Formats: sequence, C-alpha cells, structure tokens
Amino acid sequence: MSTVVGEMDQHDDHHHHAPSGVTRWLFTTNHKDIGSMYLWFSFIMFLVGGSMAMVIRAELFQPGLQLVDPHFFNQMTTVHGLIMVFGAVMPAFTGLANWMIPMMIGAPDMALPRMNNWSFWILPFAFAILLASLFMEGGGPAFGWTFYAPLSTTYSSDSTALFVFSVHIMGISSIMGAINVIVTIMNMRAPGMTYMKMPLFVWSWFITAFLLIAVMPVLAGAVTMVLTDKYFGTSFFDAAGGGDPVMFQHIFWFFGHPEVYIMILPSFGIVSAIIPAFARKPLFGYASMVYATAAIAGLSFLVWAHHMFTTGMPVFAELFFMYCTMLISVPTGVKVFNWVATMWRGSITFETPMLFSLAFVILFTIGGFSGLMLAITPVDFQYHDTYFVVAHFHYVLVSGAIFSIMAAAYFWLPKWTGHMYDEGLAKLHFWASLISVNVLFFPMHFAGLAGMPRRIPDYSIQFADINQIVSIGGFAFGLSQLIFLWVVIKCVKGGEKAPAKPWEGAEGLEWTVPSPAPYHTFDTPPDTSKTPPEAQDHG
Amino acid sequence: MSIRLITALTAMFPIAAQAQSQFNLTQGVTEISQRVYDLHMTIFYICCVIGVIVFGAMFWSMIRHRKSNGRKPATFHESVKVEILWTIIPFLILIGMAIPATSTLIAMEDSSESDVTVLVTGSQWKWHYKYFDSNVEYFSLLATQRDQIENKLEKGENYLLEVDRPLVIPTDRKVRFLITSDDVIHSWWVPDFAVKKDANPGFINEAWTKVDQPGIYRGQCAELCGKDHGFMPVVVIAKEPAEYDKWLAAQEEIQRKAKEEEQRLLAMSMDMTELMDLGEQVYLGSCAACHQANGEGIPGVFPALKGSPMALNDMEGHIDIVVNGKSGTSMQAFGNQLSLRELAAVITYERNAWGNDTGETVQASDVNAYMNE
Ligand code: HEC
Ligand code: HEM
Ligand SMILES: [Cu+2]
Ligand SMILES: [Cu+2]
Repeated sequence: MSTVVGEMDQHDDHHHHAPSGVTRWLFTTNHKDIGSMYLWFSFIMFLVGGSMAMVIRAELFQPGLQLVDPHFFNQMTTVHGLIMVFGAVMPAFTGLANWMIPMMIGAPDMALPRMNNWSFWILPFAFAILLASLFMEGGGPAFGWTFYAPLSTTYSSDSTALFVFSVHIMGISSIMGAINVIVTIMNMRAPGMTYMKMPLFVWSWFITAFLLIAVMPVLAGAVTMVLTDKYFGTSFFDAAGGGDPVMFQHIFWFFGHPEVYIMILPSFGIVSAIIPAFARKPLFGYASMVYATAAIAGLSFLVWAHHMFTTGMPVFAELFFMYCTMLISVPTGVKVFNWVATMWRGSITFETPMLFSLAFVILFTIGGFSGLMLAITPVDFQYHDTYFVVAHFHYVLVSGAIFSIMAAAYFWLPKWTGHMYDEGLAKLHFWASLISVNVLFFPMHFAGLAGMPRRIPDYSIQFADINQIVSIGGFAFGLSQLIFLWVVIKCVKGGEKAPAKPWEGAEGLEWTVPSPAPYHTFDTPPDTSKTPPEAQDHG
Repeated sequence: MSIRLITALTAMFPIAAQAQSQFNLTQGVTEISQRVYDLHMTIFYICCVIGVIVFGAMFWSMIRHRKSNGRKPATFHESVKVEILWTIIPFLILIGMAIPATSTLIAMEDSSESDVTVLVTGSQWKWHYKYFDSNVEYFSLLATQRDQIENKLEKGENYLLEVDRPLVIPTDRKVRFLITSDDVIHSWWVPDFAVKKDANPGFINEAWTKVDQPGIYRGQCAELCGKDHGFMPVVVIAKEPAEYDKWLAAQEEIQRKAKEEEQRLLAMSMDMTELMDLGEQVYLGSCAACHQANGEGIPGVFPALKGSPMALNDMEGHIDIVVNGKSGTSMQAFGNQLSLRELAAVITYERNAWGNDTGETVQASDVNAYMNE
C-alpha cells in the first residue's frame, strides 16, 4: 500500500519540476527530454558528417591527389552519407516527433515511454561502432552508403561486420520510434481530435512511420545477407554460387526509395505548419495535402528501380519504373501549389522560420525538377552516377530536409526554451546558409552534365573551376552552421521571455501551453471538440 | 535569388549547347545521343516554364501580400476546382513527355542486327576488350603518369582521360557491346554515345552505338568499384570502316607475332638487371595500385609484399598466386594479362625489391613450365 502511495507522490512531483543529474537523461521516459536528446544527438552527427564532407571538398578543391588517399576518400563519402541519412536527418525528425506530436494531439506523453528511452539510447552506440570502424586495420566501410555487393561482400575489409551491426541497431531504433509514433497517434488523441483535424505534421509523421515499419526490415535483410555472403559462405549476391549482384540493388532500393520519402514527408508537415502561421491564413487544401502525402507514400513503393536504369533491366521494366516515377511528381506538385496558394493574399511576415520554409519550397522544388529529369530513363543513362545526381539529392536533402529542420527549430525554440532566439543572428544564419548552399550545390549540376562521375577523389582538369567554386561554397556552408549552434545555445541560456504563443498566426494545441512547455503537459486532455484549439486557455 | 539563378541558367544553356562547353550535356556523335540531348533540353525547358510560373506566383505574393504593406489576410482555404486543375495539367504535361521518352528508350534498347561485336570486361581497375570474329583482345589501362596525379608533374590535357590502348570501332556501322565484369560492378560510359551500362560480374549486358564522325571519345567508369574507381577511363577511337578493317588486320598480325616471339624467347634467359627493370615497369603498371609502389600494401585490404613470407620463401606459391590469382579476393589472375617474360620479371622483382633480397631469378621458362604442369 505504502509503496503505491509513495509512487503516486513521486509522480505528483513530476508535475512541477524535472529530476536532475545524469540519471535524468539516462532513465528519462519524458517525451520532451527524449526529444531534446534526439535533437542534440542529430546536431552532433550533422557536425561530424559535415566535417567528413569538408574533407571530401578539400580533397576535391583541386585536381590531383593532395590530402587523402583514394581508399580513405571512399570511406569519407560512405560514412558521410550514412551519418547524414541515419544520424542527422532521421533522428532530428524523431526528436521533433517526440517533442511535438504529444503536444499537438493533446496527449500527456508518447504511448510507449520506456521503449522511447531505449530507442534513443541505442543510437549513440550504433554510431560509436560505425565511427570506431574507421580506425580498424583496412579502414571503415568504403563501398558507398548504398553498399552494393560484391564490393561490400567479397571485396570489402573486415569493418563490414561492424557496419552491419551498427545498421541493425539504427534500424531497430527507427522501428521502435515508428511504432511509438503510430501507437501514440492512434490511441492518445484528445477528445474531438479526429484524424482529419490533426495538424499536418502529425499526419505526415503518421504516414512516415508506416513507411519506416515497412522498409527498415528490408534494410535489415539486406545487411544480413551481406554479412552471410561475406562470412558464412552464402551466395545471395554472388553469381558463382547462383546468386545475383543486381538482386542486391533491388532489395536495397526497395528500402532506399521509401527511405528518401521518410526523409522528406515530415518536412512537408513542418512547412505546412509554418507557412500558414506567417501568412496568417489557413493552410490551403488541408484534405488534398493529406491525400497527396498518402499517395506519395504509396507510390514510393513502385519506383525503386529508377535508381537502377543502367543495370540492364528489360525495356518493359524500365518503362514501368519511368512512368511511376513521373507520376509521383503529380502529388508532389500538388503540395507545392498548395503552399503557394496558402501564401496567396495572406498577410506575410518574414521571421526566420518562415524564411527557411520559403527557401525550402523553392529549393526543394528545384530538386524536384532535377528528379523529374532523372526520371526520364533515356536521359538518366547520361545523368546516372554523375554529379547531377549528387546535386539533385542534396537539393532535396540539404535545402529540403535540413532546411525544414532548421525552420522547425526556430519555430518551436521559444516553446522549448521559454526564450526568444536572437532574430538578428538567426537571419544571418539563414542568409549565409541560403547563399552558400546554392554556391555549393548548384554548380554540381553543370559538373554532372559535363560528365563528372560521382564518388571520385580526382577529376580531369576541365572540372577544376567548378569544383573550386563548389568547395568554397562547401566551407562557407559548413561554417554557417556554427552560427546556428551559437543561436541555439544563446536561446537556451536566456533571452527575451517567450509568451505562450509567440507567433501571431500560429495555430495548434502546442501554443495553448505556457513557454517553456511544462515538464508534463495535457495530463487531462483538452477537449478540442468544443472550442477551436487557439481559443483554449490551458496555462 | 532563385529566380535569378533560373534565368541565368536559361540564358546559359543554349550558349553552352552550341559551344559544347563544360556546362551542359554533350549532344554526342550518334543519332541516339542527339535524341537524348533533345529530350534533356525539352524536359529542362518544361521545368523552367513551371518554375517561372510557380516561383513567380510565390515572389509576387511575397512582395505584394506582406503584412508591412498593410495587408489583411484572406480566409479562403479550399477550392476543389483549382485543385483538380493543378492535378490534371501536370499529368497531361507528363504524358506529353513520356511519349518521346518511350520511343527513344525502345530505340536505345534494340541491339539487334549489329555489324561488329566487342566484349567489354571490367576488372579492378581496367577494361578488357575482345573483338568477336577475330583474335584481337587486349587490356586498356589508365595512361596518366603517377607523378601527374601526385602533383609532381604538370597535368596534361587529357589528365585521367587517357589510356594505353583505346578501343577502336568503325564509324557508320552498328557496334554491339557485350558488357561484363570479373570482380565488382563497374559501369562502361561514353557520354558522346549516350551509352552507360553496368558491368555485372557473372552476367552480360548489351548496349550498342553507331558513330557518325571519326574521332576520339572519352568517358569513365561510372560505378563505384573500389579504391581506384576514379582512375579507370574509357577511350574509344572511331575510324572509317576501311581504316578500321586495316587496323584490325594489323592487330591480329601483331598479336599472332607476339605469341610466336614469346615462344622463341622462352629459350633465352634474362639476367637480373633486365628482369628487375622490366619487373619494376610491370609492377608499377599492374600491381602498385593495390600493393603500393613501396610494396607495403594497405594493411587489412591489400597485403604487403615487402617481407612477405611468400615472396621470401615460397617460390611455387608466389608463381601460382600471380598466374592464377586467388578467387574470392581482389587478387586477379595475371596469367592471361601479362606475357611470360613480364610474369617472370614481376615475380623476380617482388622477390628482390624493397629489401626482399632473395637473389633468386625467375625465368619465362619457369613460369611456362609451371603453367603447363
Ligand atoms: C586489385 C588489387 C590487386 C592487384 C592489382 C594485385 N594484387 Fe596481388 N593481392 C591482392 C590481394 C587482395 C591479395 C591477398 C589475397 C589473399 O587474401 O590471400 C594479394 C596477394 C598477392 C600475393 C600474395 C601475398 C602473400 O604474402 O600472401 C602476391 C605475391 C601478389 N598478390 C602479387 C601481385 C602481383 C605480382 C600483382 C601485379 C601483377 C598483383 N599482386 C596485383 C590484390 C591485388
Ligand atoms: C520530386 C520527386 C523526386 C523524383 C522524381 C526523384 C527521382 C530520383 C531519381 C530518378 C534518382 C536516381 C538518379 C540516378 O541514380 O540516376 C534519384 C536519386 C536520389 N534521390 Fe530522388 N527524386 C525525388 C525526390 C527525392 C527526395 C524527396 C529525396 C530525399 C529527401 C531524394 C533523394 C535521393 C537520393 C539520396 C538519391 C541518390 C541515390 C544514389 O545514391 O544514387 N529524392 N531521385
Ligand atoms: Cu528513388
Ligand atoms: Cu568504377
């Protein structure tokens, strides 16, 4: 009896302040703490992966080999890709989901808080293993983030085992995170919060979570087959034993294409929250946004082989994948048109979250255009595996996914910290990032069109000028991100006191709680059926 | 910002196209490559038009519909009509794009009725060409000097895009390529032909071209294939059919003579200096990419030969691994890549360089005897 009472007392305690010390972070089951840890972790990984990019760009600054040998160069590209995809973008989205989904749907926490803790805490180990493998004899993984067999099996160094193990851990973490999101959204919405009333960020994460659960096991299967091919004598991908190396690519891209949407759908949700807030006008076409997101997710399972047009597929398969890939740009277009229509005849202001969101819309669309070009199979034969592809996916990933994450950070920092960030510094960060990201990635289109293959440590002299410009853009972009770090630290430490709703046009339950959001929010669910969320007073 | 970029880009492309400059896709030298280029420009212009409309609307509202202009926000948030419209119109544009793309693709994949067939085999990090219907075959390796790569010498005009023996094909004839690999996946790419096809180990892919103009065309491996992926260029020389036939006949003759010469030289033995000189040359050309010029290899990836027990003691094993390679590793069989003299020389070199002072020589006849065992 007394224990029960004791526990209840302790529980009551939580309402007012968070426990302190290291154990707060180690044992926490609080969605806000876990969200913060995810976000910090992803930012650290962003800097680590970014330094590797700096090594790559430094080597490519001039033709010839200057700083690193080709084997190490390949390790840098590989680990840069893996870290950015699995360490920077995905955990950042999970961090945002943790912080925002419960607050947006009026739930007290995530549905499975202990699993939440675990899904975060295995991540640092996964990346520690991956990074440690760089110091092994023979170096770390050097076969590209796509780890095509047999380069990753018969011809790889022994760090492959560590690579496989660490990808497994990342996969488990993502799957647990996704399950948590789904269970939370399905079971913990406040009364009156029907599916079609959920904020789009919640919707897009809901759909993303299903994609994750569908494809992360496929990735796990792929790495496991690589492991057994290399160490246990199987021949899944070895023609000599009856296998097929191209089958690896089918399996990988069956995971890989939905994966690129996993990295962009939550961004769609973020800008769909921010643009209406600063245009002071409701989102245009809410329902069609939801349907478009679902359509993109569905189609993303039918386009994987557009990464494999040069592998020698039958013509009918090439045609099928070309048509499906072109088709996927229709719902994507709908989203862009809807954002523009949301701005149309609004009353727009340009705070930093809005600036990043607008840059997102424009630059992501440029990435979408090059994606459409890549979809045209006969021309893809020319573009494939050149810098044109590198330009394409950096436009959608860096000025797409990463910019949206920056936008989200600025948008919700006042809610997280209780302070306004330094708007001047933030604008500096924005303009520095915007200019440098274009200097960095735009010329890559030209290099690719003119014939520069990707993943090479040295190039012929005709590409010298372009690469020099690109590298300068790269260093500038890298440095600009330190401004972001500065703004965030400054904002955490202090600053102008933030009101519950710092943005005039913002809508949603998260703005009904005080800033900073108390350690526990919505212990009693708000009733959203009676009053519109913004009219509720919940402080 | 981006509008300006787009307009700059539009302005740049036509100029770039005329000048065959370093900013745009090549128009190439085949009918197919021209069609591919046209598709590329069409889809690019379509994107520009859509971009101008979408970004135009965006910038319009960013400039006009701002709060600082005293704007009161409108409240509309839905219009089924508009939404259907902007679903249907892109769809129709895409159909318009898919039609020419489909016909070009079908033409590209039709490799029937070819006049000449070449088997292209990739391996780490070189290409091998074998002409069907004749006895000509050879390897094609990067010809750029190491010193240029390491910035000790000025880089030449075709830095990294030059090979010792280019592929030669006839103009105006349909040339079919059968493409495969001996180890990892490579990809054989010549932009001017709009041909890029993966070389998959254990499988054979097909591609073809019909070149209009004689000339030298350069490309590169396009699939990450390990350490020296950036150093395996493709060079193709297209010659008038008559000249091509002459060239092919001459090559057949040369290769036949070389085989005879090899047999004749078997009886002769070379002295240590001759062996070491030739051996060093072969070693730097064929082995140093992995085992490194200093013989120390890359620990954990490519073994050191300096001080290796095999190079110091096990002569038979040494000949065996160089001649037959070791399956399941990147150590290739060099028995069919190098002549008997070269094999003998490189093995001798490995047994006597970098302080491996065994003092032993290996002669072409020894290698021959081993191979005939
Ligand atoms: C593509 C990379 C590559 C190239 C090129 C290459 N090797 Fe090797 N070599 C290897 C690898 C990998 C091994 C280790 C094989 C094993 O696992 O036993 C090896 C092993 C050897 C060994 C046995 C070493 C020992 O101590 O066991 C010798 C001798 C050798 N190579 C000679 C040569 C010669 C001679 C050439 C050039 C004609 C050459 N290699 C070119 C990759 C290469
Ligand atoms: C507008 C819709 C899009 C289309 C039509 C599209 C199309 C394509 C195509 C055809 C390729 C293969 C190019 C090649 O290898 O030859 C490709 C590559 C790639 N795309 Fe996209 N894409 C789109 C959006 C995205 C998004 C949203 C992301 C991620 C956020 C993304 C990330 C990538 C990545 C990472 C690659 C490189 C894969 C590699 O390593 O080869 N794409 N895209
Ligand atoms: Cu894809
Ligand atoms: Cu290659």
